[in-house]
Amino acid sequence: MILSAYELGFRLLNERIRSVNGDVTVYDCFGERFIGAGASSKTIVINGTPGNALGMYLDGATIIVNGNSQDAVGDTMNDGKIIINGNAGDALGYAMRGGIIFVRGDAGYRTGIHMKEYKDKKPVIIIGGCTGSFLGEYLAGGCIIVLGLNTDDYPAGEFTGVGMHGGEIFIRSSKPPVNLPGQVTAGIAGEEDICRIKDDIQEFSEVFNIKTEEIFSKPIYRLVPNGKNPYKRLYMDN
Amino acid sequence: MFRNISGCAISGVFSKSGRRFSGKLIIDSIAAMHERSNGLGGGFAAYGIYPEYKDCYAFHIFYDNESAKEECEKFLASHFDIITLSKIPVRKIPQITDEPMIWRYFMVPLPSKLADSQLDEREFVVRCVFRINSTIDGAYVFSSGKNMGVFKAVGFPEDVGRFYRLEEYEGYCFTAHGRYPTNTPGWWGGAHPFALLDYSVVHNGEISSYDANRRNIEMYGYQCMLKTDTEVITYMIDYLHRKKHLTLKEICTVFAAPFWSTIEIMPYPEREELEYLRNAFESFLITGPFSIIVGFDKGIMALNDRLKLRSMVVGEKDDMVYIASEEAAIRVIENEPDRVWSPKGGEAVIITFEEGTE
Amino acid sequence: MAVNYFYPDYEIIRDYNRCINCRVCERQCANEAHRYLDDADKMVCDDARCVNCQRCVSVCPTRALKITETSNTFRKNANWSEKTIKEIYRQAESGGVLLSSMGNPENYPVYFDKILINASQVTNPSIDPLREPMETRVFLGAKPDRIQRGKDGRLVSNMPPHITLSMPVMFSAMSYGSVSYNTHESLARAAAELGIMYNTGEGGLHENLYKYGKNTIVQVASGRFGVHKTYLNSCAAVEIKIGQGAKPGIGGHLPGTKIVGDVSKTRMVPEGSDAISPAPHHDIYSIEDLKQLVYSIKEATAYTKPVIVKIAAVHNVSAIASGIARSGTDIIAIDGFRGGTGAAPTRIRDHVGIPIELALASVDKRLRDEGIRNKVSLIAGGSIRSSADVVKAIALGADCVYIGSAALIALGCHLCRSCHTGKCNWGIATQREDLAKRLNPDTGYKRLVNMLTAWQHEIKEMMGGMGINSIESLKGNRLMLRGVGLNEKELEILGIKHAAD
Repeated sequence: MILSAYELGFRLLNERIRSVNGDVTVYDCFGERFIGAGASSKTIVINGTPGNALGMYLDGATIIVNGNSQDAVGDTMNDGKIIINGNAGDALGYAMRGGIIFVRGDAGYRTGIHMKEYKDKKPVIIIGGCTGSFLGEYLAGGCIIVLGLNTDDYPAGEFTGVGMHGGEIFIRSSKPPVNLPGQVTAGIAGEEDICRIKDDIQEFSEVFNIKTEEIFSKPIYRLVPNGKNPYKRLYMDN
Repeated sequence: MFRNISGCAISGVFSKSGRRFSGKLIIDSIAAMHERSNGLGGGFAAYGIYPEYKDCYAFHIFYDNESAKEECEKFLASHFDIITLSKIPVRKIPQITDEPMIWRYFMVPLPSKLADSQLDEREFVVRCVFRINSTIDGAYVFSSGKNMGVFKAVGFPEDVGRFYRLEEYEGYCFTAHGRYPTNTPGWWGGAHPFALLDYSVVHNGEISSYDANRRNIEMYGYQCMLKTDTEVITYMIDYLHRKKHLTLKEICTVFAAPFWSTIEIMPYPEREELEYLRNAFESFLITGPFSIIVGFDKGIMALNDRLKLRSMVVGEKDDMVYIASEEAAIRVIENEPDRVWSPKGGEAVIITFEEGTE
Repeated sequence: MAVNYFYPDYEIIRDYNRCINCRVCERQCANEAHRYLDDADKMVCDDARCVNCQRCVSVCPTRALKITETSNTFRKNANWSEKTIKEIYRQAESGGVLLSSMGNPENYPVYFDKILINASQVTNPSIDPLREPMETRVFLGAKPDRIQRGKDGRLVSNMPPHITLSMPVMFSAMSYGSVSYNTHESLARAAAELGIMYNTGEGGLHENLYKYGKNTIVQVASGRFGVHKTYLNSCAAVEIKIGQGAKPGIGGHLPGTKIVGDVSKTRMVPEGSDAISPAPHHDIYSIEDLKQLVYSIKEATAYTKPVIVKIAAVHNVSAIASGIARSGTDIIAIDGFRGGTGAAPTRIRDHVGIPIELALASVDKRLRDEGIRNKVSLIAGGSIRSSADVVKAIALGADCVYIGSAALIALGCHLCRSCHTGKCNWGIATQREDLAKRLNPDTGYKRLVNMLTAWQHEIKEMMGGMGINSIESLKGNRLMLRGVGLNEKELEILGIKHAAD
């Protein structure tokens, strides 16, 4: 089904999307929020610029955006897939605990903040371009991959991995990460590590038609926390 | 912030056929309940008394001094087309003293002012009343409806009636109030009925929900200046009837809501409707003892609190309906009514013109 | 030679004439304060380990034990209290941020204790609640803007989603993790039996407790633990936790040691890993972002659940509440600075925030001044200790109150304020199985039901005394309150008169 978002407002638009059994294509999208919130099946294709909180609480559905997206994409997402053929805003994948987000271009500040994993539920975010500062803040689980395909510089901002106590961050860069917080260790990703993310990268390259050779043409650094309890020694019983 | 507490007597007479009768009747009725008043306030609302000006708003205004009158009349002239104005005629009697200047104005809003305000006509009038009462020191509008008027003073109600020469007026509906306040406000504006537009309320009892009701209604732009139950009840009726478009029967349900245990055994859809009303208008619930008689342009309404903590009797004879705190107050003016009964607590008594009445 | 800088705060006094060496105190003390000496056939104790939770005193069959404050004193100093000095010693030893639990115990004014309730005499009758109807049912949620009628003129229900309570009290948020499963089960079952709500806190909802959904408020906090679509739809209302009275502006931190078994499963974080709740929601950096989170929840629940926003009472709480009331939020919960916590930095708990009485009065007035009080309901929390506090809070303007500490006390808590150690001997604030099983939910829920049934009777008695027979007429009815020993400014903020004025 094809839907115009024109003059519908987010509430009506989302009501219509919810009521459709099967795939939906939305065009004329200009900032309508919460598209696909909590959706568990179907594919939603959006032509335009969806508003904040796209795919919030997403529960298995697929969302494809032909254009840029705004803030809080995939907020508290549980399962499913979000593909952005463009850039994403701040707090991408906040508190995400499952599913996949692919961004062709750049993502904003605090990408993957407080993402977490539990048993077989491991969220994955892959950014084709660069990200802002505080990448993977409080990261508790899952995997964030930043490829920096559009830059020769280091592709993430400052304060990467502050408060990180789980999961892993991969950064493709010819320059090594600097100024990481004390509890985060970085090194060139080993073969085993690459092996773990190969399938996701393969899928990313197919979705956006990027050669995998190009992706693996630069070193990939892997950032992991030293422990699961970063603040253990901070407190004194009173 | 002080609060005026008072016990009282109330009475009302209404002709369903719209037949006009002399105000003497209501004076005789309220006088029968002399023991329920203490001489610190009495008053009447009379409907149908100004047929020659029935399309005009009739303002009754107390003035403390000449300068208040000047200022107020300037305001009136800039907002209304004043058709006529005069002193309200009174009879000097020793029982009523210290009277303020009492004036009456028949007016219609100035069309240009009304259009500028973007308000409907009645809202425009209400705002003007509040404006005068809150900003012009020494001026107090105590009656603002069409083809009706309030007459009140400090004194026993039967004296107040004689003072205002009420027997010379003819109307189709009268209500009366005799006051027993527990403090001694010397101010005439504090007497009852309390009125806004065509709504007038006389009330007996002291409600325990007062401050909950007051703080709620003030949120909708009503300024409670008198700190009396009657004032708050009048504003709540105006708000729910004129602005929220609830029916008078629904308003009674909101004021004296049936208990939950009663609602729960009611059939659908009444049950749902009552639950809706109690939820949506929860802060309009009135608790504590009250009986009220409400005058409005098309009839008369009476309501007791849901525990029936106040007495109220209704009598009927031909086209006449009588409502009073005590049966004696009915018998004294109609000794052989066709029917006399006491409405149940929370039971709305709403009587309007018979069909075909103009 | 080791030097102990300070003597323990409490002394365990054992009456050896009564002690029968049954060793139950030893088995019951998770802090290991009691020990049996084989050689001497004698119980001994280490006062330094005692937190004065009174568990051993309560279980001792011969009443041989009591805990007393030590009579050992430092040199008196009106400026440097012994407590302050000891805290410095602790920090000098450890370099740690001082960590405390439960509500602020310091000597700030308790305004509830300076407010008195009215009763009817002569001018209006009091009502006897044992024989006449007395209603305490409460609806929480926004009221409709306008009425609608069908073709037949009947009212059409356009009521926004709301929750219905049998009385204006709910159990406030306490997460599974900070408290035990048995505590949660007790709260859930009590809420179901009483017709009120309990609140999951930010630790997710245990799968066994989904059946109490009608009486459950689920919380969405900054950590988003256990938050998913099913969770959001398994409740009567969803609460967004912005702040908590015990630690305004501070995030949460459940140490990995408490993330075990079902706690890990319910929170959906691996065992042993810390569960960190960031200080802010990272999708809310401004008031308009709150609206976004509120509506995201409404979208995910198809507009069927009321959304509560819980904030800590802070200095400009009324302006904040006004902003929240315009964000689509249905209910605002305000948590005063005495509210409890499972763990908070001592300095934050004891020095940040303002009293609930003042915050509530100020918010209620502000919302009325702005004409939006009917767009939201107000819940007041942060040390509601008795039915009298409930009545006072309602008369100040709350629709309902949250109780946390009072509920835990009903379950046996003795306010030893050591929740953060995870060694609660009463089985409440612990995940140690041997300790948690001491709280039997069958008796626990009954104790909660008993307490609130008693409170409800008392609320009705006080209402009846005022001549009020339905709780709506008490709401915001500040003329029913009078202050004692309060200054003009305090009275002005509370919106009440002085006694006998």
